[in-house]
Amino acid sequence: MLALILILIPLIGSLLLFALRGSNDGVSKNVALLTSLVEFVIAAYAFITFDSQTIVEVKYAWMKDLRINFHLGIDGISLLMIALTGFLVPLIILSTFKYSYKKHESFYSLILLAQTALMGVFMAKDIFLFYFFYEVALIPVYFLAAIWGGTNAPRITFKMFVYTMFGSLFMLVAIVYLYIKASTANIQELYTAAKFISPASQNLLFWAFFIAFAIKMPVLPFHTWQPDTYSESPTPATMLLSGLLSKMGVYGLIRILLPLAPVGLSNYGLIAMILSVIGLIYGSVIAIQQNNIKRLIAYSSFAHMGLMAAGVLSGTLSGIQGALLQMVAHGINAVGLFFIVKIMYDRTNTRDLNSLGGITQNTPALSIYFMIIMLGSVALPLTNGFVGEFLLLKGVFDKNAWLGGVAGLTIILGAVYMLRMMQRSMFGERNEVTAQFSDVKGTEIAVLLPIAAVVLLMGIFPNVFLKITEPAVNSLLQLIHP
Amino acid sequence: MYPILVLSITGIITLFLGFLKSKKVLLPATLFFVTLAFLSNFYDWNKPGLYFNNMLQVNNYTILLSAIILLSAFLIIALSKGFIDDEHAQPAEYFAILQFSLVGAIMMTGYQNLIMLFIGVEILSVSMYVLTGSDKRNLRGNEAALKYFLMGSFATGIMLFGIAMLYGANFSFNIEAARTVIIQSQMTGRSVYLFVGVTFLLIGLLFKISAAPFHFWTPDVYEGAPTIFTTFMSTIVKTAGFAAIYRILEVSFSPIYNFWWVMVIIMTVLSLIISNVTAVSQSSFKRMLAFSSISHAGYMLMAVVGLSNKSDDSIVFYSLAYSLATISAFGVLMAVSKEKLVDGRPDESIAVLNGLSKRNPFLAFILAISMLSLAGIPLTAGFWGKFYVFSDAAFRGHTWLLVVAVLMSAVGIYYYFKPIIAAYMKENEGEVISLTPFYKIILGITTFGSILLGLFPDLLRSLM
Repeated sequence: MLALILILIPLIGSLLLFALRGSNDGVSKNVALLTSLVEFVIAAYAFITFDSQTIVEVKYAWMKDLRINFHLGIDGISLLMIALTGFLVPLIILSTFKYSYKKHESFYSLILLAQTALMGVFMAKDIFLFYFFYEVALIPVYFLAAIWGGTNAPRITFKMFVYTMFGSLFMLVAIVYLYIKASTANIQELYTAAKFISPASQNLLFWAFFIAFAIKMPVLPFHTWQPDTYSESPTPATMLLSGLLSKMGVYGLIRILLPLAPVGLSNYGLIAMILSVIGLIYGSVIAIQQNNIKRLIAYSSFAHMGLMAAGVLSGTLSGIQGALLQMVAHGINAVGLFFIVKIMYDRTNTRDLNSLGGITQNTPALSIYFMIIMLGSVALPLTNGFVGEFLLLKGVFDKNAWLGGVAGLTIILGAVYMLRMMQRSMFGERNEVTAQFSDVKGTEIAVLLPIAAVVLLMGIFPNVFLKITEPAVNSLLQLIHP
Repeated sequence: MYPILVLSITGIITLFLGFLKSKKVLLPATLFFVTLAFLSNFYDWNKPGLYFNNMLQVNNYTILLSAIILLSAFLIIALSKGFIDDEHAQPAEYFAILQFSLVGAIMMTGYQNLIMLFIGVEILSVSMYVLTGSDKRNLRGNEAALKYFLMGSFATGIMLFGIAMLYGANFSFNIEAARTVIIQSQMTGRSVYLFVGVTFLLIGLLFKISAAPFHFWTPDVYEGAPTIFTTFMSTIVKTAGFAAIYRILEVSFSPIYNFWWVMVIIMTVLSLIISNVTAVSQSSFKRMLAFSSISHAGYMLMAVVGLSNKSDDSIVFYSLAYSLATISAFGVLMAVSKEKLVDGRPDESIAVLNGLSKRNPFLAFILAISMLSLAGIPLTAGFWGKFYVFSDAAFRGHTWLLVVAVLMSAVGIYYYFKPIIAAYMKENEGEVISLTPFYKIILGITTFGSILLGLFPDLLRSLM
């Protein structure tokens, strides 16, 4: 029942907003925030009361004769993603409070619709339901990015849309193939059925799923839509894309790709890992040279996603556990960083590192928040990025020591671009652009404070999260390495 | 069976209604007649039987197909308001012809005898030739009608030739009897007439549903015909044509699947590739929709090629999903293009949709949903339609066909999003478009139907 409520609340909020067309800006903001807070409370309740023994499930017949069900369930892996979604969406909504968007009802309605679909993706137990929500999640975000984005947004987001849909269609074919072979759509039953699929078909399944998820994350060489889309989209859409939608790709790798194509994984997993690691290095190197902060964070996101993909594809406990933890950490950090970029752009009208500088002198509070979130992103010990990144690197290293060594460069490169960004924007001499920079207040603090707090808490108590996911990950691993 | 009787009679009544001075009564009367036919259709529900000297079969499957045809007809006729206002038009004749054409279409869904198929095809086609040229003062409409007529009668001729050959091979026009003969002849060797007959019959029918390489007439005819009849052609003719093709292949020719599947698969691939690739570069919205209709013929052929035990369900579902989305799209086009005239003709380019979300948010929303459904994106009925036909093709293991279809679906997303982008992201100082409440309700129904079937596809399938 809990699973159903988690889907229904944002959906109702979204429809309510759609019905409220013509009301004023404040009403839509408050309705959206209230809905997402209720959702957060329920997600938090699920998180606290969760116990890996109980399996929370709802199941309704969707297409009777095809045995396709509206089947939701929560296990440790789902729970973590639900908690992340529940936590981030209110912050994303809150981060828009200082600004007013045209057609605001539709704007907030689409955000909540995206949340509905995300919750669905993370809880789906039926493979068609998973695909359904996976596709539906993109539609509201596409419209958010395209309609409220910059002047080039229609062209750029269109590329993103066609690109990701193209990948998803491969997944659809793979799903249809599996469904016909196994004549079931239940993901749990498909896991068992997948063992009897011939190695040749498994290889094809592996690539079909990998391309679909690799485009979503993105992983080299399917990333070309990402930097432009992230920088042209309005900030809330960028936050949704980098904080949550990209996680659907990693989640798909863990939930769908690994257990459904284990033979394909052992044949081609290393190639896919190499691609991911190349992407990681490539993204970091480009990030070092970026002067546009939003693009810089976009490339850093790309690099982080590469490491997560490599960790998951290593098929080890530490790799997958690390990826799960890093998904949460990166989601939170990305939202925080993009919000700080928005704050800077709002006050200085520029995202160019060369024109910024000396902001710390006016803004003690912003500097502290920025520092904490930035260090989380660099993966300093005692921040949320550390444990995840450490486990990820261990996973990659266990699988292939050379690759692990190359991937380890991320620690250095990540520090270089992040510190460079911090130093060039916040420190140094004030100039005429940044002279009047005012410190954060009101809703801005309300967004940054929880993020900074979680960055530290997660870094100090990572075990809370690891314990929740461990049983689920172990049972997945038994499917991969029987 | 009853809708055939009802529509034949009401068609004649409609002709007489034309004598009345007031033309206002025609539209409500026709809508009433179609509703009557729709309701009478369900009188035979769960009562399968053969009628007219065993020439027409009625079962739940044919009833559903007839229901889709009649529902589409109702929605399309309801959108045809502007057509009556034209003082030169003779609406009584057109509404009568529309009803007669529905008789033909319904015959095509349930024929038990090839003669009945031929009669059905002819009734439908001849009506369409007339309706295409119904805007007498429009030169392009006349050109389209002539083209359609010449090519169409040629195709009908080939089809009739095929039917004659089949009679020579099977000694019967009855399609069940033909099946028995075909199975029996497995031992004794099959006559060449059979194979020639099947090929010719298929060519004739594939022409009607505008599958490549018999699609050349489609873009010109669709563009030249008044939009209301283009809608009619791209929904009702297609549904009826597919019902006919599937019926003959499933009932008579499934024992010789190995003979015809290669031919059909080639046409499927051609339809998918030619239409989708050509649609990308169209600047006219109407022409784009014409190519889109060819591509959907390709997708529906996938269900035919699959010929699984679920193919009939797929065809019913796909027809309905496609018809609803197409009617919405053309409905939006009719509402928008009325506002703007270029050289005395409505402007039907994609650019005419620019800024629609400001000029009429309702229409923009309708357009977006219909395009999403045609592109086959989840939340809409089109997605499940595509899923069903893909499953049918996968059932027979036609992997390469699936790959082509997937690639072409991606191309499809590209051009179906052009109107959405125009409506939501381009600016235009066009005037605000106002709609009559009735028009709004009809478009609301089609869109609601698309979303409802997208969320609960079992609603329709549970009827099967």
